[in-house]
Parts: sequence; structure tokens; C-alpha cells
Amino acid sequence: MKVTIDGHEIEVEPGTTILQAARMIGGESVPPAMCYYSKLKGSGGKCRCCLVEVSKGSDANPTPMPKLMASCVTGVMDGMEVKSISSPRVQEARKSVTEFLLINHPLDCPVCDQAGECDLQNLSFNHGKSETRFIEEKRTFEPENIGENIQLHMNRCILCYRCVMTADQLTDGRVHGVVNRGDHSQISTCISKAIDNEFSGNMIDVCPVGALTDKTFRFKSRVWFNKPFNAHRDCDKCCGKTTVWMFGNEIQRVTARKDEYHEVEEFICNSCRFDHKDVNDWVIEGPRKFEKFSVINQNNYTRKLDKVTIETEKQILLGRDQDRKKISMVEVPLKNTENSKS
Amino acid sequence: MSLDTVSLSGRKKEVSNKKMTFWESLYLVAIAKGLVITIRHLFKRKVTIKYPEQKREFSPVYRGQHMLMRDDEGRERCTACGLCALSCPAEAITMKAEERKPEEKHLYREEKYASIYEINMLRCIFCGLCEEACPKQAIYLTKSKVIVKSNSNREDFIYGKDKLVMPLEMAIQNTNQNKAS
Repeated sequence: MKVTIDGHEIEVEPGTTILQAARMIGGESVPPAMCYYSKLKGSGGKCRCCLVEVSKGSDANPTPMPKLMASCVTGVMDGMEVKSISSPRVQEARKSVTEFLLINHPLDCPVCDQAGECDLQNLSFNHGKSETRFIEEKRTFEPENIGENIQLHMNRCILCYRCVMTADQLTDGRVHGVVNRGDHSQISTCISKAIDNEFSGNMIDVCPVGALTDKTFRFKSRVWFNKPFNAHRDCDKCCGKTTVWMFGNEIQRVTARKDEYHEVEEFICNSCRFDHKDVNDWVIEGPRKFEKFSVINQNNYTRKLDKVTIETEKQILLGRDQDRKKISMVEVPLKNTENSKS
Repeated sequence: MSLDTVSLSGRKKEVSNKKMTFWESLYLVAIAKGLVITIRHLFKRKVTIKYPEQKREFSPVYRGQHMLMRDDEGRERCTACGLCALSCPAEAITMKAEERKPEEKHLYREEKYASIYEINMLRCIFCGLCEEACPKQAIYLTKSKVIVKSNSNREDFIYGKDKLVMPLEMAIQNTNQNKAS
């Protein structure tokens, strides 16, 4: 079937959605998606971020669709013409949807551990306004402890249902769901039952905002101060292929590998994610690639920088030994005095 | 016209090589002229001040020592988001975040706070980018009205929270002022 998105023609299988076709084309015409997750069955159609204009239904019936369509749940038809970024209506709709999503979202980014890799942050950066028109009080919830490893911030949740689907499809016996309705709906482990399934940690990766975050990484560092590396280990429960986020020689966080749409390539188990923070546990393959303009790119050097050796007197380059001690952050001990990256 | 004869700056002078006259070669007139200039400066207003006793007034946009602000209730504003450290071109700022305990709610404004916050004043170039990056209006270079003091010890230039956080008396004073106005 032939479909045209923003003037780009592509041949796709029947049953493909517009969003998937757009992702095959790539580039600017890919609509943003907050709730759709290609690895989870039944996701999509909730956040309305991916609205596109269908300017020609199909070859058989060329009338345009009157309303903007959610591209993640709309299948393509032969000869369909879609306008994504080229349509001012779509731009306007995305702006409004962003405003709606931000209505109940707290302005928590300086505190939030997700900042820097947050889908909602990216969305509002690209499509949002810098001010709010919402003057009423934001929806707030009592903080709830849902277990040892996962931190739930219900205030930040945008109800995308991704985590519920992860719990449903990846783990057996779901203890985690949405209670109440409408404005009161709330992600909760039913009656505060701790999530102890071996794959429950994937909810952290799946969450587009900072509603579910890693407790072992909580407030340790910011995303952009860490260097991501591809690493793997022999794991009997999962594939063992992960990204480790390092600060100096210390692994601060382990996540699954995410592609350019921030979707997990392969789900990983909890013991890989939470229990193996020692460098010796992992075989590090090399630095992970990320977008050029990503905030993660700040202060990072993906190339391996070898130390330049210059034949000269020792004191000229390195200074006297008594001056080389660590003078900043004395309270945080250095693990390796020679590698004085702190 | 060739380039040699054109004066691009308009101030080109022909250098003459003429012989000095007798009076000119005595230099008496030239010395007298020079002395007049010197003596005239004795009666002019001085451009320098006697620094430690006298101090110049700060410009309102003068950037001096950093100050970590407190809010109206005296709580620290900084949440250790790391944006100042990220924006710092000299990499002078380091910090370590900590989670606020329930009994510390009167001390820190947000859930997270900086347990260690250090600025290396030897590295700092006082560009003010940290102030600009701060989303919580927590760091200012204009509020302390203090110049970083000289010192003979490297360690003493690492300013921790003890030196950077706004003194409580100042916070109380600010709050009272805000209430009055």
C-alpha cells in the first residue's frame, strides 16, 4: 500500500498505522507519541499528541477525514495522504494537547530525575508555550511507597497507561493498575502491594515522564552528568544487554537500551537493573550514541580520549605532589586517587 | 596613487629629517613644556582611592561573590538541579544532592537539596551564567556585594555552603522588608 506523509511516499504493509509509516520515513514528520509504545500491545490512542491531518482518505474514497486523526491507532489506506508537520492545524493541535498534558503536571523538572530524557519535556520544548493559562490548583496526591526499587510520583503522571500494559504483558499476576476515574484516576499498586515481579523495573523505562523512577538512582546525579555506555552480562532471566550510566568509574544507573523514539529495544530484568552496580559485573562495549543536540551530550566526550604523553619534567605538567590532592568535594571520597575525575 | 602615499588612517605624517636649530638642541624649551604638564597633574582630581579605608560604590550589576538565596520563609532555594554546574564554562561548581527528610521541611524549599555545594573561586570567571541558568532563582552574584578575598592557600578558595548561603539575619531582614512594603 502506498501512503504519502508530508510529501514523502512510502510503500507499507497493510495494517501499518500512520505513525509506524511515519517512523519508517523518519525525520521531522514523525509525530510525537506519549502513550503509544510499539513494544506494548494495545498502547496508544490516549494522549492525542500524535494527531495528524488526513488530507486524502484513500484512492477509493479521496475525501479528507474531517477531524484530526490519532496516527498511532489509525491504519493506512492505499493512496492515503497525510499531513503531519506541514499542516498548521496539526501544529495548533499539538500545542493545545501539550497545554492539556501540562495542566496537572507539576513544574518539577529541577527536582525530577527524569529531566533530560523526559518525553514531556521534549514535547513542551518543541510545541509548548512558556507560560500557563491554568490558574486553578493542580491535582495532587498523597505520596505512596510502592516498593524498594521504584519511586512513584503520582503528581507527575500523565495517565498514558504504558506501565499498566507493561505490568500486564510482561509480568504475570498484575498488582499494579489504575484506580478511580477521570480526574481522580491514579496509578497504584492495588492496596499498596509492593511490586516484586522480576520484570517490574521496566515500568521505569516505559514511563514517558518522571512518575516512575529508579530509587537506586534517586537524586544521585543528573542525566546529563552521566555517560551512557552499552554493556552486557550473562543473565539467566533476560538478554542482559543494557545501557550503564557512569559517573567516573562508578555505575550509577542501569537501564535498557532505548532507540531514537525512547522505546526499549529489549526489556531487562530487575537484578540487572537494580543489583548490579559494580563495573566488574559488566562487559562494557563502548559509548552509546545519542542525538547530537540531546542534553545528555553536554559535558560528554563519546570519543575515547587517550592521555597525551609529553616528554618533559614531571612537575611542569602535573604540578607538585602536595598540590595535586583533591581540594573540591572533600567529603566525597575518591575511589581511585589517580583518576581524579570527581 | 600608490598605497605609499595614501593615508588610510588619516593620521599619516611625513617624517622629516631636518637638523635642529641651536635653541632646539639645548632642549630647554622641551624640558619646560614637559614640566608644565607634570605640574598641571598635581592639581588635577586624583583617579585612585586609598582602597582598604575608602571603598568604591558597587554598580548594581556588579558581579561579586555568589550567594545562595533563601526564600521568604528562610528556606534554601537551591534544589541541586545541576544547571549552574552544567552552564559553568569554567567548571567551577560541584554539588551533591540529598533527599529532604520530613523534619527538615523548614530548612529546604523542595524535596531535594544540595548537601554539598562548592564553588572554586580560582576557577570562577564571574560570568554570571550560573545565575542565568538557575530555574529557582537560587544563585546570585549581585546580592552579596562582596569581592572574593585574596588568600595564600588554594584550599581556602573552595567556598562551601557555609560561605555561600545567605545568612539567616539577612533573610529575616528581607522578609520583614517585604512584609512592610
